[in-house]
Amino acid sequence: MSKVVVVTSGKGGVGKTTSTAAIGAALARTGKRVCVVDFDVGLRNLDLVMGAERRVVYDLINVANGDAKLTQALIRDKRVETLSLLAASQTRDKDALTEEGVARVIEELRGLFDYVLCDSPAGIERGALLAMRFADEAIVVTNPEVSSVRDSDRIIGLLDSRTLRAEQGQRMEKQLLLTRFDAARASRGEMLSVADVLDILSIPLMGIIPESEDILRASNLGAPITINGSTSQAGRAYEDAARRLMGESVPMLIPGEKKSLLTRILGRRAA
Amino acid sequence: MSFFDMFKSRAATAPVARERLQILLAHERMTLGPKNLIAILRDEILATVAKHIDIAPDALKITMGQHGSVSTLEIDVELPTEKIAPARHMPMRATA
Ligand SMILES: Nc1ncnc2c1ncn2[C@@H]1O[C@H](COP(=O)(O)OP(=O)(O)OP(=O)(O)O)[C@@H](O)[C@H]1O
Ligand SMILES: [Mg+2]
Repeated sequence: MSKVVVVTSGKGGVGKTTSTAAIGAALARTGKRVCVVDFDVGLRNLDLVMGAERRVVYDLINVANGDAKLTQALIRDKRVETLSLLAASQTRDKDALTEEGVARVIEELRGLFDYVLCDSPAGIERGALLAMRFADEAIVVTNPEVSSVRDSDRIIGLLDSRTLRAEQGQRMEKQLLLTRFDAARASRGEMLSVADVLDILSIPLMGIIPESEDILRASNLGAPITINGSTSQAGRAYEDAARRLMGESVPMLIPGEKKSLLTRILGRRAA
Repeated sequence: MSFFDMFKSRAATAPVARERLQILLAHERMTLGPKNLIAILRDEILATVAKHIDIAPDALKITMGQHGSVSTLEIDVELPTEKIAPARHMPMRATA
């Protein structure tokens, strides 16, 4: 059965697009048919992070408005054959997207893919609401920082009230993806800890992605960090998150804790 | 403020952030509306029912509606028949 997942956050720049690409690629590499959809109309970026910016001919709005067929607009990834992209429009404004149009596109995508990942624009307005509207589940991307946590709380409220599922009285599954996590700063008490954020938002944890230069490198190259199998810590963290999304139980390592426990034990032995 | 206090407040600001967030969000969740109410009710009803009957999260539907001048809260729980049946048949089997 097909699953539609919105990747959302409220606050901008926390890592939604990066996470959509990385989780999408990781899922696709397991053989699942995956489509990543850019809902950030006017500010599209998913194509760039996926390395497909020169292959965009038709976009989400063209398909939603019936100006192009879905199959014409889908861009098949050249590295992982089960991965596709539906880009956002760069020129139209976000009011060009209608709810009926989005409903039709999502319905058609459900017939073609196992996972449809919707990369939400920042904010809590129309664009973000349309991206979550038809989702079955949500990934709430949060940085361990006050304004991001506050905005995530706001988004959780919207997921529980403004999605079709919520309006039909069904449960909206939400999982927290903590990104740009700096274990050293958290352990010094300079940054909210994993426990702090979980305690405040009280939704299940899907993964912890460390702050990492490899992420920047990956977007420079237009290659999602998980596209070649992961060699980096951030890539492995995204792979684990993708497996949890598929319902597997993967042990969660809280960055920094393993090390501190180890050094504590070693320290004791040395003493 | 002593030199030590300055050092301390510089280092561990996360507890302050945590406390400020907890106070702020408790307030915002109240004022930003009862829209969370359905979600809260669903979770609590589900937990209560699940204590006694093994049901899937999707088996519970809650809707708020407006019919003329009355507001309604509709709670729809789909029970798996095979899961509650054994309890009913138990005494019969015991006598057989
Ligand atoms: N774990 C990480 N480590 C380091 N840099 C990161 C990490 N995650 C994301 N970034 C960087 O943060 C920036 C914003 O990321 P991204 O575009 O994915 O965020 P976004 O939530 O989609 O933003 P917007 O709200 O504008 O759509 C990018 O430059 C990205 O490379
Ligand atoms: Mg983005």
